[in-house]
Amino acid sequence: VGRLEPSVRTDHLSGRSWVRWVSPELRVSPVASGLSVSSGLRESRTDGRTSGWDGQRSGPPGAGSAGSGPGRGPGGSEEGAGGENGAWAGARRSRASGSPISPRLELSSDPPNLSNLEEFPPVGTVPQGPAGRTKPSRRINPTPVSEERSLSKPKTCFTSPPISCAPTSQPSALDTSPWGLGLPLGCRSLQEEREMLRKERSKQLQQSPTPACSTPESPIPSRTESLTAESADPARVSSRQRLELVALVYSSCIAENLVPNLFLELFFVLQLLTARRMVPAKDSDLESSQGALDSLEIPLFQSIHDCVFFAVQVLEHQFQVLSYLDKGTLKLLAENERLLCFSPALQGRLRAAYEGSVAKVSLMMPPSAQAVSFQPETDNRANFFSDRAFHTFKKQRDVFYEVLREWEDHHEEPGWDFEKGLGSKIRAMMSQLSAACSHSHFVRLFQKQLLQMCQSPGSAGGTVLGEAPDVLNMLGADKLGRLRQLQERLLAPQSSGGPCPPPTFPGCQGFFRDFILSASSFQFNQHLMDSLSLKIRELNGLALPQHKPGDDDGESDVDWQGERKQFAMVLLSLRLLAKFLGFVAFLPYRGSEPPPTRELQDSILALRSQVPPVLDVRALLQQGLWTHRAVLTVPWLVEFLSFADHIVPLLDYYRSIFTLLLQLHRSLVLSQENEGEMCFLNKLLLLAVLGWLFQIPTVPEDLFFLEEGQAFEVDTAASEHGLDSVPVVDQQLLYTCCPYIGELRKLLASWVSGSSGRSGGFVRKITPTTTSSLGTQPLQTSQGLQAQLAQAFFHNQPPSLRRTVEFVAERIGSNCVKHIKATLVADLVHQAESLLQEQLVTRGQEGGDPAQLLEILCSQLCPHGAQALTQGQEFCQRKSPAAVQALLPEETPAAVLSSAENIAVELATEKACSWLSANITALIRREVKAAVSRILRTQGLEPAARVERRGCSRACEHHAPLPSHLISEIKVSTSCCMQDVLSLAAGPRDPEEGVSPEHLEQLLSQLGQSLRCRQFLCPPAEQFLAKCSVELASLLVADQIPILGPPAQHRLERGQARRLLHMLLSLWKDDFQGPVPLQLLLSPRNVGLLADTRPREWDLLLFLLRELVEQGLMGRLEIEACLGSLHEAQWPGDFSEELVTLFQLFLAEPHLPEPQLRACELVQPSRGTVLAQS
Amino acid sequence: MILTKAQYDEIAQCLVSVPPTRQSLRKLKQRFPSQSQATLLSIFSQEYQKHIKRTHAKHHTLEAIESYYQRYLNGVLKNGAAPVLLELANEVDYAPSLMARIILERFLQEHEQTPPSKSVINSMLRDPSQIPDGVLANQVYQCVVNDCCYGPLVDCMKHAIGYEHEVLLRDLLLEKNLSFLDEDQLRAKGYDKTPDFILQVPVVMLCPSAVEGHIIHWIESKASFGDECSHHAYLHGQFWSYWNRFGPGLVIYWYGFIQELDCNRERGILLKACFPTDIVTLGHSTA
Repeated sequence: VGRLEPSVRTDHLSGRSWVRWVSPELRVSPVASGLSVSSGLRESRTDGRTSGWDGQRSGPPGAGSAGSGPGRGPGGSEEGAGGENGAWAGARRSRASGSPISPRLELSSDPPNLSNLEEFPPVGTVPQGPAGRTKPSRRINPTPVSEERSLSKPKTCFTSPPISCAPTSQPSALDTSPWGLGLPLGCRSLQEEREMLRKERSKQLQQSPTPACSTPESPIPSRTESLTAESADPARVSSRQRLELVALVYSSCIAENLVPNLFLELFFVLQLLTARRMVPAKDSDLESSQGALDSLEIPLFQSIHDCVFFAVQVLEHQFQVLSYLDKGTLKLLAENERLLCFSPALQGRLRAAYEGSVAKVSLMMPPSAQAVSFQPETDNRANFFSDRAFHTFKKQRDVFYEVLREWEDHHEEPGWDFEKGLGSKIRAMMSQLSAACSHSHFVRLFQKQLLQMCQSPGSAGGTVLGEAPDVLNMLGADKLGRLRQLQERLLAPQSSGGPCPPPTFPGCQGFFRDFILSASSFQFNQHLMDSLSLKIRELNGLALPQHKPGDDDGESDVDWQGERKQFAMVLLSLRLLAKFLGFVAFLPYRGSEPPPTRELQDSILALRSQVPPVLDVRALLQQGLWTHRAVLTVPWLVEFLSFADHIVPLLDYYRSIFTLLLQLHRSLVLSQENEGEMCFLNKLLLLAVLGWLFQIPTVPEDLFFLEEGQAFEVDTAASEHGLDSVPVVDQQLLYTCCPYIGELRKLLASWVSGSSGRSGGFVRKITPTTTSSLGTQPLQTSQGLQAQLAQAFFHNQPPSLRRTVEFVAERIGSNCVKHIKATLVADLVHQAESLLQEQLVTRGQEGGDPAQLLEILCSQLCPHGAQALTQGQEFCQRKSPAAVQALLPEETPAAVLSSAENIAVELATEKACSWLSANITALIRREVKAAVSRILRTQGLEPAARVERRGCSRACEHHAPLPSHLISEIKVSTSCCMQDVLSLAAGPRDPEEGVSPEHLEQLLSQLGQSLRCRQFLCPPAEQFLAKCSVELASLLVADQIPILGPPAQHRLERGQARRLLHMLLSLWKDDFQGPVPLQLLLSPRNVGLLADTRPREWDLLLFLLRELVEQGLMGRLEIEACLGSLHEAQWPGDFSEELVTLFQLFLAEPHLPEPQLRACELVQPSRGTVLAQS
Repeated sequence: MILTKAQYDEIAQCLVSVPPTRQSLRKLKQRFPSQSQATLLSIFSQEYQKHIKRTHAKHHTLEAIESYYQRYLNGVLKNGAAPVLLELANEVDYAPSLMARIILERFLQEHEQTPPSKSVINSMLRDPSQIPDGVLANQVYQCVVNDCCYGPLVDCMKHAIGYEHEVLLRDLLLEKNLSFLDEDQLRAKGYDKTPDFILQVPVVMLCPSAVEGHIIHWIESKASFGDECSHHAYLHGQFWSYWNRFGPGLVIYWYGFIQELDCNRERGILLKACFPTDIVTLGHSTA
């Protein structure tokens, strides 16, 4: 759904003029007269135009604003004079007449007498009285624009494609809707009316060459009046369902990039949101129409409630884009009481987005008017043809800077004129230059100075993002509005071009533009184009980071910061260079008007089509698309093309470029985020710059709609991941490249300023930031001082020195992080592992909450992370100087060398330490976490001593039974396996089930084989086997293993049991390489097995315990601890007593191992009974 | 000695039509005891030069020359030992050395066949004993030694002072361990504009009065007082050119300057009357 098109009408009876907002599809009911949703926009547009890009553009804005969109220059009259503009005009015509593109949702309240063109007011106006109806052409009354509230009309009136072709946007509910009704006629008359508007406009343009100053002024009274904005009430929305549907369709169009300019649509929506009032449609209109029309023919927006409802609906759909806007805008949106009122949910999301958004306040760096330094290698006598050339250039350099200084001093003075002040001086210098043939030297100086002065966003008059307004919020709500306005002006004095400003040369760029114009030297321009083209090629081809910032790979983050910064630098430089290249290249052809006749145009085309392009931008674009570097190439290409003259888009060469760009635009669907696709902000940047380009006056309006939108084919075959899929664009860069996105915030801010009395929201809750944090003098702090000194140091050194130092710092810093990770962090992880073991031992089995364990470990280890900084510092100090030394020329003076080394150390340390201090804790955590989960996984939460793993013995032929066989139920060679045994023992079991002692022995010997052959043994399997073996031992001790055989003898014979236990002991001792959870033998559960046996026999347990101690499998103290803890469990009374006795017996044993004796003693059955009885 | 414009004007006021002699200087010193002799001499010299530049032409008309020559001849005829030439110079308000040159030139024209070359005259002024006429030699000598603003002696002194201060500055730089390229080295490398010293590693000069510091890439030593006239000439011919190539820098007017002239600090040309004490070097806090 499109851009609203204001149709200016004058009610002759009342003398009041008013405007209706009409779009091809939507009709927005009249908006308040004299006030404006767009007053700010229009003012700014006017300014934008007058401060146009070359002076030639500074035509009269007055009439233009009646219908031309923001950024649409006076060139809007291009179609006015006859419309025979070749192919484009023809095409446009076909669209206008034939296509069903403009379904008009709203229809006029006229009786649909569609056959009568005169009677059918095409732009969706309500019927006048009969008198008005007879002369439709009169309705277009070019009253002074100042009287009108012309909403920003973009150049391209967005017309959605045929509804029937857009499957998603055709709700079935609308099948019977009158969307198609009378369509062709409606469109034609719409077109007609637009034509008439254009004619009028161009007439006015010719009549009044100077901008009507009243234009920007006049809204002011109405503005004060407007302070009382009508309140919007969700309950009073007239036709909810219809609005919802339209909002859905509209949003889908936006989402699918079927609109030329995403941000323009958002701007429109915000205008709806912040519309102050609507002048009620004349009662008579409504009344007369009420009866005759069905509900769908009623204007879509009948009240402010409708507008706001619609706007909020669309905003809800567009939340994803909104969430990427700057903090200031998010805040203003979240504070908007209308929005809160209509959708608390959206307000909540916006607020969350606001709170989650990283404040990116760009400190405005003072534009450093540093001169380009003199480098003997390129600037001394040897580089010139003659002494004369050398000395001439010497003088020229001085004159150039003299001119620059003079410009700096005077350009802001009112009445100062560049040409008058400096023109002759510049031309005198240029003529000397021509005589001395040193253009190339001068151009180099010029270009370097251009980059130096204009590259930083601050010097280009960029806006400050983020929460700067908060300081002002302190001052009270009453003044807030005015202060905000003041602030807007202060922050962005010249960025007032509305959401689609014409290309401009803000700040210092103006100097270079004016210099080129004043010099008006063909030679200079040619050399400049050569030089700019070369530099653009060079930068465009620069190898830039290709890898994503890895979450898992800590050190790449370090590099990432720098690489992103580098990308931003390169991108901004490219845009600047391309802008000037475009400016100079198209300078000879520029005129504000397109050729008036087809014949003239054809002859111009014939002339121009044979001129080779100044730079093969098409090849570069194609290359950029293929190599997935569109995010770098397209923004500068757009800058270049924005200076094209009217003929350029008609040339085959450039037309193919536009086609490519349109395809690209269509393909950048924001909601699709696939792996390997372009990142969101990258897309958003491209959409913003392309949308802006499509609004440039010289780009034909129809271009967007005529190119049949086959989506751009991404050559997936060749897709090694390019820059496009790397999140190189951040919010700061987006706003720097597209300051006009900030217009959204201005619009919202102006709403606040209007509704000052009620502004509040959560403005006051925000802790005010002190100004000192924003505006400290960098030189005051010694750190800032040192940084400045370092910058200054490089200034007069050869550029290679700087590159070397930065390279060394970058690599060493990165290596440092790697090194810390490999040493310090690895050590800590080691410590964590042993600490974990301790923890597990002391806490026993139940201490197993991994998260809790991790916390404990991290709290112990993370403080050690602080060492990273000192170690990092030390590393950088040790490594950097040697690297610098190796890379710099041998002859470098000692002082320079040592300074370079120091700076390299400093930079590397800063890089490494800033990353480390921010990330070391997280890094340690991550690594420790990984280690903990690894340990917990492999050890199954069981404590063990670290045992060195061994491989198979050399003779092993890996024929041992597979561990899985032993574990699982698969019975291969053995008739049973561990699990079977255990499950048998654990029951329930059939009476006839059981194992034979032979089986048990066989099983254990197979276990031994398995353990000795490590080929197939994985740690978890071994862990499991260990655990099983321990449980088996417990069963043996408790005599719980059902033995096959005669019913009388279900029990294992004692000797057999002991033999099996011995086997187990030797397995534990010799064959298990992982830890064996022997303490489980004394776990309450396993000991409890004994409680069930009658008579209880303790001797096997005692035997086992002693063997464990003797063979060094368990420490005495460990066993004592286990036995001690057994007392805490709940036992039958007698069992407790027996346990105490066992404990005492175990303690009473002498420490010296006397295996033989003990073995004999323990065999005596009476002993057990004694125990039991005592 | 940093003087305000007003202070300077007061001194300059006293120098109108004062002959460039020791006596004048002594009087000036008494009048402004707080100013150093060197500063006063420098100001005196510059003011006098301005005065001479203004009046130069009228002393070089043929009539004037003829009349001076006749007065000289008459004078020495009366008394060859009297300071005829010097008094003549003072009387007509012209620099004694320059007066001597006029008379010498005129004399040689009369006595030699060929018109005298400039170098011959310069040589004779430097060493009056070469002058064929003994009386004139004495008169010329008297003029040269009594002129504290012009003449070979003064030129030589100025050159020496300039050199001394360069050496002084060099020593200070070495002492502070600041490495630099001097004029000769720069010239050898093919620089088209050469300040006295370019610091290989820039420093920051902290100003106690101002909030911030200033980066210094180059230092130019001027063994004179910085008045408006000379400063503007220097700015145009030297300082801005240095800035255009090397960035911000420091000018030391060893004999002081007019305070108001130090207005380009932000732009990158800093004036001092001595070597700055409060400097910060790269990698160190204060030196």
